[in-house]
Amino acid sequence: MLDLVLQAVPMDDSWINFDVQSFIQGFWSNTFGGLTYGAVYGLIALGYTLVYGVLNLINFAHSEVFISGVYAVVFTLTGLGFNGDTPNLPLPALIGDLLLALLAGMAASAIVAFIVERAAYRTLRKRNPPRLVYLITAIGVSFTIQGLFFLWRGAQPEPSVILIPTVQVFDVFGGIVYNYEIVILVAAIVTMVVVDQFIRRSRIGRGIRAVAQDPDTATLMGVNRERIIVITFIIGGLVAGVGAIFWIMLVPQGAQYNGGFVLGVKAFAAAVLGGIGNVRGALLGGLLIGLIGNYGQTLLGAAEWSDVVAFVVLVVVLVVRPTGLLGQSMGRSRA
Amino acid sequence: MIQKRVIATLSVVAAAGLLLAGCANPSGGGGTSGGGGSDKVDIPTIDSVDVPKDAVLPAGDGKAECASSLTIGYVGAETGANAALGINIYNGVQLAIDQHNKANPKCQVQFQKYDTEGDPAKATGPTTQAASNKAIVGVIGLPFSGESKATGQIFEDQGLVHITPSATNPTLTQNGWKTFFRALGNDSIQGPAAADFITTKLKAKKVFLVQDDSDYGVGLANATKPKLGSSLAGSDKVTTGQKDFSATVSKVINSKADAVYYAGYYAEGAPFDQQLVQKGFKGTFVGPDGVKDDQFIKQAGSASKNAYFTCPCIPGELIPDFEKAYNTAFNAEPGTYSIEGYDSATILLAGIDKGNTDRAKLLDWVKNYDADGLSKHYKWDSTGELQAPAVYGYKVADGKIEPIGTIGK
Repeated sequence: MLDLVLQAVPMDDSWINFDVQSFIQGFWSNTFGGLTYGAVYGLIALGYTLVYGVLNLINFAHSEVFISGVYAVVFTLTGLGFNGDTPNLPLPALIGDLLLALLAGMAASAIVAFIVERAAYRTLRKRNPPRLVYLITAIGVSFTIQGLFFLWRGAQPEPSVILIPTVQVFDVFGGIVYNYEIVILVAAIVTMVVVDQFIRRSRIGRGIRAVAQDPDTATLMGVNRERIIVITFIIGGLVAGVGAIFWIMLVPQGAQYNGGFVLGVKAFAAAVLGGIGNVRGALLGGLLIGLIGNYGQTLLGAAEWSDVVAFVVLVVVLVVRPTGLLGQSMGRSRA
Repeated sequence: MIQKRVIATLSVVAAAGLLLAGCANPSGGGGTSGGGGSDKVDIPTIDSVDVPKDAVLPAGDGKAECASSLTIGYVGAETGANAALGINIYNGVQLAIDQHNKANPKCQVQFQKYDTEGDPAKATGPTTQAASNKAIVGVIGLPFSGESKATGQIFEDQGLVHITPSATNPTLTQNGWKTFFRALGNDSIQGPAAADFITTKLKAKKVFLVQDDSDYGVGLANATKPKLGSSLAGSDKVTTGQKDFSATVSKVINSKADAVYYAGYYAEGAPFDQQLVQKGFKGTFVGPDGVKDDQFIKQAGSASKNAYFTCPCIPGELIPDFEKAYNTAFNAEPGTYSIEGYDSATILLAGIDKGNTDRAKLLDWVKNYDADGLSKHYKWDSTGELQAPAVYGYKVADGKIEPIGTIGK
């Protein structure tokens, strides 16, 4: 009976087929590639998660906060003489240059996040509008910044900048692990741990959690809400700046006016998958989105499947766990 | 205070990460991955092409007379991710019109541009605008296949002749449109020529075929695949706007292919090639006309050294008079399809000079056209296909795209 149904449906063999052989062959390299891109999604996702935790606002302008950092990284490195060729520098000089670019990226993203908060959201907050107004404002700010980058730099991406020589470090069952993949993954995990510990242990972190939990009571208890909100935006920006240098390490021609958009959507999905408002969930969600996308694409044989599979998984997870994999912990965490 | 500490800690952490990157450097990798056992083939560049002696030029005889409102339109990308190709074309058109107007004081043809961003979804608006502007008697465009497919009917309904200098999808001439003309060979010629070039001239034994999701990429891949035959080591599909090619790269590496043919545009082709090389791909990267642009080299960086191109376009930079005039006018070398844009505009201008000053007459003029342009002979069959097109090969040499002569048969 099932056979008949299948025959009745016109099946174009190029429409869907399971390429198990490629999936097995490419399993390990897809895993490493997926984890690397996923780590960058996770770093961007953190900005969405923090702001949502504190303000219940989906800051759609965060993708432009990120792309500002990307431009800053590229301009700094171009200024230091980096270009489309593999840099040939002594190690200390290379690390120094990259650190400078990292700081520039972090600073640019943090400044843009700060300006966005001051110019758009704070002025709105004073008038206490319905939540929909914030959402539309966020989308508007996102388009505005994109448009400004377009007018300034045009439609073409910036010429590519290669950050480090690529080196094969080791081999896992035929899948080769490269130096930059290790760097990105380790740096993303460390960054995430630092932010997590900061929010759990520091005084400001406690303030952030208090505002997330109950803004009014927090204010009564002497927490300066406005200051906490600004700091939250800035932390999101700083981490996006860290993501920016690693994005350029992966995609050297990634500085383009609308280059943050698709990434932003993926990062937002990662934040929701991990549990929006949850710092650890952001990284977990990012890694999973990266992995699932790669597996799905190889198994089903076209890049269109990458997003289809990733978002189907997202929907399925949300049906079973509406608050995401790790739950929305920030507002309900222990003091 | 604590904010400062966070920033400091984050920086230290990142520094440690970068240090790790550096430490891994000098050890040197094995180079075990990547396909490509084949010997590198070096094909010399050419420095001249045959220019038809009696080529029709925009200047004409200098005695033309026409109404001053007559306008030639350009509908195509002025902005957008693949705008560089559009700019090459309308600069060529602009040059032809300037030369014509300078030589013919009594016939000043206007030039009007309509921006589609190269996006099929956005193209119908500007096309309708152009078609409803009664001063426009002929159009150059649209440059890309997807947008041409979306807008051909609009031209047809208005009886407005349009010559595409670059859209190569074979199905475009199968819609029964009487107003569509193609000033170059289509992909059912380019595809097999490319397959032949890769397997015989580049001597690749295993070819990996990647296509994007545009009408152009799909059509070209379909035309290339049969001719590759048993050399086809695998294939994959990518999407417009994609930046992360890690899954496709790992398929290519696992297939041990020594050449990749990428059917699509440079906006995705450049990061794809760069990520292939980053992951140790040692073979050759071959792209079609949609990839052949200086932007490809800028965006792929040093990875672009492994690249060859196929293109049904004539190297305009090797036609001395054209090269010189173009360079003076725009302070840049002619790019891909500049000469096709120039020749197409010349055909319309020659028609206007002969008194074909309304849409119906100009359409008739193009339909019956049979003369040389600077790049080749122009004569169309009843569907709007050129009768004797040629496909050229190009390669990246010293950071520039250089022609290596005709390929295919």
